[in-house]
Amino acid sequence: MIAKILKYQLRDVMRSKWIIAYALLFLIFTDVLFRFGGDGVRVVTSLMNVVLIVIPLASMILGAFYLYNTREYIELLLCHPVKRHQLFWGMFLGLALPMVLAFGGGVMIPFVYNGVGPEAWSAVLLLVFTGSALSVIFVGIAYYLALRFDDRIKGLGLALVICLFFTVIYDGLILFVIYLLSSYPLEKPVIAFSLVNPIDMGRILMLMQFDISALMGLTGAVFRDFFGTKMGMMIALVSLLLWLAIPVSAGLRQFLLKDF
Amino acid sequence: MITINKLDKHYGSQHALKSIDIRIAPGRITAVLGPNGAGKTTLIKCILGLVKPDSGQISVDGIRVNGESDYRRMIGYMPQLARYPENLTVSEIVEMICDVRGWSGSGKPDATTSSSDSNYSHKAHDTHNAHDAHDVNKTHNGHDLQNRHNTPTGLDWDLWHRFNLDSEKNKTFRTLSGGNRQKVSAVLAFLFRPKILFLDEPTAGLDPVSSSIFKDKILEERDRGTTVILTSHIMSEVQDLSETVVYLLEGRLHFERGVEEILAETGQKTLERAIAKKLDVSSGDNDEINEAIVFTEKIMTGGVL
Repeated sequence: MIAKILKYQLRDVMRSKWIIAYALLFLIFTDVLFRFGGDGVRVVTSLMNVVLIVIPLASMILGAFYLYNTREYIELLLCHPVKRHQLFWGMFLGLALPMVLAFGGGVMIPFVYNGVGPEAWSAVLLLVFTGSALSVIFVGIAYYLALRFDDRIKGLGLALVICLFFTVIYDGLILFVIYLLSSYPLEKPVIAFSLVNPIDMGRILMLMQFDISALMGLTGAVFRDFFGTKMGMMIALVSLLLWLAIPVSAGLRQFLLKDF
Repeated sequence: MITINKLDKHYGSQHALKSIDIRIAPGRITAVLGPNGAGKTTLIKCILGLVKPDSGQISVDGIRVNGESDYRRMIGYMPQLARYPENLTVSEIVEMICDVRGWSGSGKPDATTSSSDSNYSHKAHDTHNAHDAHDVNKTHNGHDLQNRHNTPTGLDWDLWHRFNLDSEKNKTFRTLSGGNRQKVSAVLAFLFRPKILFLDEPTAGLDPVSSSIFKDKILEERDRGTTVILTSHIMSEVQDLSETVVYLLEGRLHFERGVEEILAETGQKTLERAIAKKLDVSSGDNDEINEAIVFTEKIMTGGVL
């Protein structure tokens, strides 16, 4: 049943203009970076900063909009012999999958026709992995918000605030805390703080792989010693997985209990 | 038979349904009426399992409604406002619902039947339809279609042809007019020959011709033994169609009567007037009670003095 719902869901989303525009955005941006004379790895590092801002924002807004717009459709399908959890997974994958494909496709195509080496490929694959994880996480948060709040102004507003919080405010707060308490040893608390932000997690995963200290924000810098190790990478991955699971399961819970 | 027992529902602080008890008889057309916000849609959504009641039981043909989805196989629903995925075409939408209902591969009305042959006799139509659908599908997915289409439980494309939707079938849902959206929604409600039909303000947005086609169809379905529950604000329509009226007021069941009974009781010719009078009378009752209370108080105080 999930596959049936997903099939039509994908057909609908793949035909919509915004998903095509979203894919084109990444395609053009990557292509332009190549044209400015970057080699593969440098293009990936430039892309990373764009990806870490654009993907959470786009996934959040598109996710919330999409769910609000398909509200009556969800209602209709629920009047057929469809179980709620089946419909939820169909709707969720039906948006998350095209988002991931559009982003992955858009980024990777210029790498294919520019014929980059294996080192750049491993970099871009990691970028695509991180971006995909962020897409799924933020679509999950958006679904939770759209199901939790019937008022779409409230839901969308909260989506924007949360997005802004994770991309900008959170790092600012950490800086502020570090500045205030500069005479104390803060490395361990800051590590814990960063595990709470999926965007920071994505950044750490990327930076540790490339060892590009010049691009590190302050949160990143504290992590070098800890996350350079295998143990550190494992912790980062586990917390990313938790980030994947928690918003989606909260969304599913809302969906199961909701009055449509 | 739909039985509703002590159904209660709150939306936050708002008490939407207050201990509703109704039995909806099979094979009849029941109209659920009431002013805006009386709880009509909430009641229907509770029966469909879209809204989870706080307390009380609902059973549909003896099956308790408790979160399982299988009983919805017997139900067809036409909502007030239908919205399907915007970028799918009409025939894809129909195909999708067929898929979801477990009729994979049969989601195509036979394109060869033009609207001129679409005679209004049910039976002739079905056999004709079954034949073509079978031919169309034999190539890819014809395994058990024959069985399905030879029985009277085959899909009911009647309304599709009467509404002449063949000309719309390749348009995406986004580009459909409001009336055509309603038509698609109507076709899908009737398509699977449900035992119970829920129609929430079904004729709103339909042109007069389509609306009368649709009403004929409702009556035909009733004659086949289908239970129909409809809501509407057009009283003449309710009078034409329904046999029983369930009247909700502020989340309570105000009355439940046969249409004829209401007309006889109030001595009015039209349902609209009859219901207005009935509501007036019942609020009048309250005034009388109030007067009586004031009167007794007067007597009592007078007695003491």
